[in-house]
Amino acid sequence: MSKELIHLNNISKSFDGQMVLDELNLTIHENEFVTLLGPSGCGKTTTLRILGGFTTPDTGTVIFDGKDITNVPPNKRPLNTVFQKYALFTHMTIAENIAFGLKIKKKSRQYIDDKIRYALKLVNLDGYENRMPDSLSGGQQQRIAIARAIVNEPKLLLLDEPLGALDLKLRQEMQYELIRMKNELGITFVYVTHDQEEALTMSDTIVVMNQGYIQQIGSPESIYNEPENAFVADFIGDSNIIPAIMIEDKLVSILGTRFACVDTGFGHNKPVDVVIRPEDVELTSPTDGILQGVVTHLIFKGVHYEMEVMAGGFEWLVHSTVMHPIGQEVGIKVDPFNIQIMNKPESEDEEAVAIDI
Amino acid sequence: MKTAARKIYIALIVLFLYAPIGTLMVLSFNASKTRAKWGGFTFKWYIDLFHNEEILGALLNTMLIAFLSALAATIIGTIASIAMSGMKRRTKSVMMGITNIPMLNAEIVTGISLMLLYISLGIKFGIGTILLSHITFNIPYVILSVMPRMKQLNLSTFEAALDLGASNTTAFFKVVLPDLLPGILSGFLMAFTMSLDDFIITHFTKGVGIDTLSTKIYTEVKKGIKPEMYALSTLIFVTVLILLVLVNRSPERKR
Repeated sequence: MSKELIHLNNISKSFDGQMVLDELNLTIHENEFVTLLGPSGCGKTTTLRILGGFTTPDTGTVIFDGKDITNVPPNKRPLNTVFQKYALFTHMTIAENIAFGLKIKKKSRQYIDDKIRYALKLVNLDGYENRMPDSLSGGQQQRIAIARAIVNEPKLLLLDEPLGALDLKLRQEMQYELIRMKNELGITFVYVTHDQEEALTMSDTIVVMNQGYIQQIGSPESIYNEPENAFVADFIGDSNIIPAIMIEDKLVSILGTRFACVDTGFGHNKPVDVVIRPEDVELTSPTDGILQGVVTHLIFKGVHYEMEVMAGGFEWLVHSTVMHPIGQEVGIKVDPFNIQIMNKPESEDEEAVAIDI
Repeated sequence: MKTAARKIYIALIVLFLYAPIGTLMVLSFNASKTRAKWGGFTFKWYIDLFHNEEILGALLNTMLIAFLSALAATIIGTIASIAMSGMKRRTKSVMMGITNIPMLNAEIVTGISLMLLYISLGIKFGIGTILLSHITFNIPYVILSVMPRMKQLNLSTFEAALDLGASNTTAFFKVVLPDLLPGILSGFLMAFTMSLDDFIITHFTKGVGIDTLSTKIYTEVKKGIKPEMYALSTLIFVTVLILLVLVNRSPERKR
């Protein structure tokens, strides 16, 4: 990993007695694309606002590049923010919007003009200098908001659900645009979203949050494939979360049937939760399966069929490109590698976090 | 048929509304001194009017008071609106109620209570007391026209300005104020009009030896109506009309 850029140290914050962040610790490295992901009210936006300087934490410190900036006001921080609703200055032209930060820093006319041209090129909106923000579409306004932030050459760019107001197609386009910009600029991005697909597509690191706690930090692959608890498993994509008993290393009893797995170190005869992604459930003929069941629901989803299979007293969610009609008897098989074992929540606190979604 | 009837109906309404003022305007150009007959077209009364020192003095007072009171009320009202928009919902609605009361209150009550207040505080009546009174009743109009603008205001633009390195003051003057400006402007014009227009409150708070146009007209009329007064009233009406048109147009121009 490259150099450490930001460290959030034991950050707590409550509003009107309501705990929003509870002793949060987070390290962000230089040139990293970090996504704070979670449902609304999980504290992700508050974390971003603390980074931006718009909210002061009750306790804890914000370390930026080795310096404590906890009490530095937003206008003195070496970072910029792209706001959720763009927050363009509607009485100024696009060029004036982009030049705003540079004018305050008293840059030369020539420098500002060059920067405006460069930024508009970067966001693919050359020639829009003299337009007014109101005359632009949502996607274009968002790009201008990004351009306005990056001309100041921040070390860190904060993005607060910037694609939330855009339609699906535009959102997907903008996701690629953002990755391209990030690679061209080589600056650190901290991105807030509740959209798990967005997080998986763009991030180097995903921080899954719920109710003021960090649930898991990891690469998109590890978050998706190895969720550490039921909340993460459930929030990131569809999944089958089944109570099970870990008989011994590499052997788990799911719904009374023994499945081989690859996890070790959970002890003997210990209750656990297993996560199996719907696309990892293989449907076979009844005799080839480890478990036998009957298809109860069938929906065509475009790329695949979504089926529900009643087997061993549990409704299994299955994604498959092969269609099995409702009522057909099938066998269920799971590759040992695709069975993810999670500890049951131990404390009540953890339980609340896990259940209350 | 239907549209014709509709047009006639509207014409009748306008006629009844504006016939008295129309008569006044016509008479202001009447060369004959009596109201009974038309003695030919003249600008004489307007010329007389502008040679009448007393009336010109009153006009100057009126303009001065209207401008200063509107200016002061605009500044106070705008600051109040900004403060109120930051309040909690309940406090805000209580404050809004309090600001609305002076507008709903009968002017004569406001006038008399202000007069009593000045007497009990030992303030000398004069242009100062008129100005104070006008500022008082103008503030609610400014708040009323700035508040809707304040509600539309996207507060994240203020944060965006801070984020881009602006100080609180710069952010306010460069980003927030321009957004509020249409509301502030129409608030100012509204306050100006209200001050120009006021008679009752001025009457009770002016003291002797000083007059605004409205109180001057009142005194003159008591002595018998002179045609100059028609000319003066016509001028006031036209001024207020122009201001009202400006007030109503200013918010749209921005959008």
